[in-house]
Amino acid sequence: MEVHLTTPLKTEDLEKLKIGDQVFITGTVYTGRDAAHKRLVELLQKGEKLPFNAEGQIIYYVGPAPAPPGKPIGSAGPTTSYRMDPYAPALLDVGMKAMIGKGPRDQSVIDSMIKNKAVYLAAVGGAAVVVAKSIKESKIIAYEDLGPEAIREMKVENFPCVVANDVYGNDIYKSGVEQYKR
Amino acid sequence: MREVNVKELIPVVKKLCIDANYYIGEDVIAKIKEFKEKEESPTAKNVLDILLENYELADKEQMPICQDTGIAVCFIEIGQDVHLTGGDFTEAINEGVRQGYQDGYLRKSMVADPIIDRINTKDNTPAIIYTEIVPGEKIKITIAPKGGGSENMSEVKMMKAADGIEGVVEFVVDRISRSGGNPCPPIVVGVGLGGNFEQSALLAKKSLLRSLTVQNPNPKWAKVEKEILDKINNLGIGPQGLGGRTTALGVSILSKPCHIASMPVAVNVQCHAARHKSVVI
Repeated sequence: MEVHLTTPLKTEDLEKLKIGDQVFITGTVYTGRDAAHKRLVELLQKGEKLPFNAEGQIIYYVGPAPAPPGKPIGSAGPTTSYRMDPYAPALLDVGMKAMIGKGPRDQSVIDSMIKNKAVYLAAVGGAAVVVAKSIKESKIIAYEDLGPEAIREMKVENFPCVVANDVYGNDIYKSGVEQYKR
Repeated sequence: MREVNVKELIPVVKKLCIDANYYIGEDVIAKIKEFKEKEESPTAKNVLDILLENYELADKEQMPICQDTGIAVCFIEIGQDVHLTGGDFTEAINEGVRQGYQDGYLRKSMVADPIIDRINTKDNTPAIIYTEIVPGEKIKITIAPKGGGSENMSEVKMMKAADGIEGVVEFVVDRISRSGGNPCPPIVVGVGLGGNFEQSALLAKKSLLRSLTVQNPNPKWAKVEKEILDKINNLGIGPQGLGGRTTALGVSILSKPCHIASMPVAVNVQCHAARHKSVVI
């Protein structure tokens, strides 16, 4: 099924998603990868506020290439998600509703998605120019010192991804592989 | 004796860094098209189409295929009749990398210290440079930008002779099975056999430079490559790990003699953006 979603995400929209659905996102996504996640979770542990309002929002695991002249951003495909597994549940607990990345998540993250009614969306790794075309604006909102790992607020139109984990605990990385192995 | 000023190498390395990141090899495109024909999963076919579209767009828009423009791995063959002049050779190569990553709008992905503070060096240096002295008076430079996601799925194992070729096949297939969707399949699998601990890893990396459309010149290894490839594609991992029949586009083996007590085996995993460009000067 093809689904168009706008941010902030609503729980009732996410409840309709099933693994394998193609999703096109329009609205805002926040970027963050290894180093930024470490800092975000440290903030939460200290009881401090995040640099953005997490409620209903999407975090995209990406460290984009620099923007060439005349473009809002450089190539910007997803990075491998398992490195964010230790941090992801803390962000879902404060209201984040979706993560975009590539590759499977561990059970603690899947359990947290069930608990918080959140989803994990897979973008195509290495299709970084295709993804960049859906990013219309990008600005750094925190941790500029981290270079490509800084947190960016991106305005996206029809950002393409696939539902990899739905709110019911289904996992395309398990069921998809089961279906095609010999 | 031929004198080469190391400063001449700077623009060559710069251009190779940019070209390798913007333009995928024809071999990758040919293999993806070939596997797409046989692919059974609609999701997988769709992913392969997106990859092909992306290679085309990268070329047209002059943008890197992947935002992970990699660690700059440089293989440099230097003819023994070449005399390098004009400064520090290593610094010249790094300067070429620096300029290529800056002017090509490539991502800077190197941190100075691996554990303690992980501060970005902001120019993608230092490069990883392997030099080899060869006969003649030419210099061959190959730049193979290597992404972190696939590199992280690589492994070296010191096996026993008793494990035999079956053991090697099992280890390689298991390594890929455990990698799942993480290294951006469809992948290319580099296998280094023999040598010692570190040489096996280098052989695995070097094996990735072989074109996917060129057969292993040794029929014995060509057969093993085919066996490993079929087993990997029967894992069902598929493009991006979403399930499918296209997990690897190719397996490439390089081997060297080894110690009577040892059988080192290295697996270097390469994502579908199997980038490398060479030039001879």
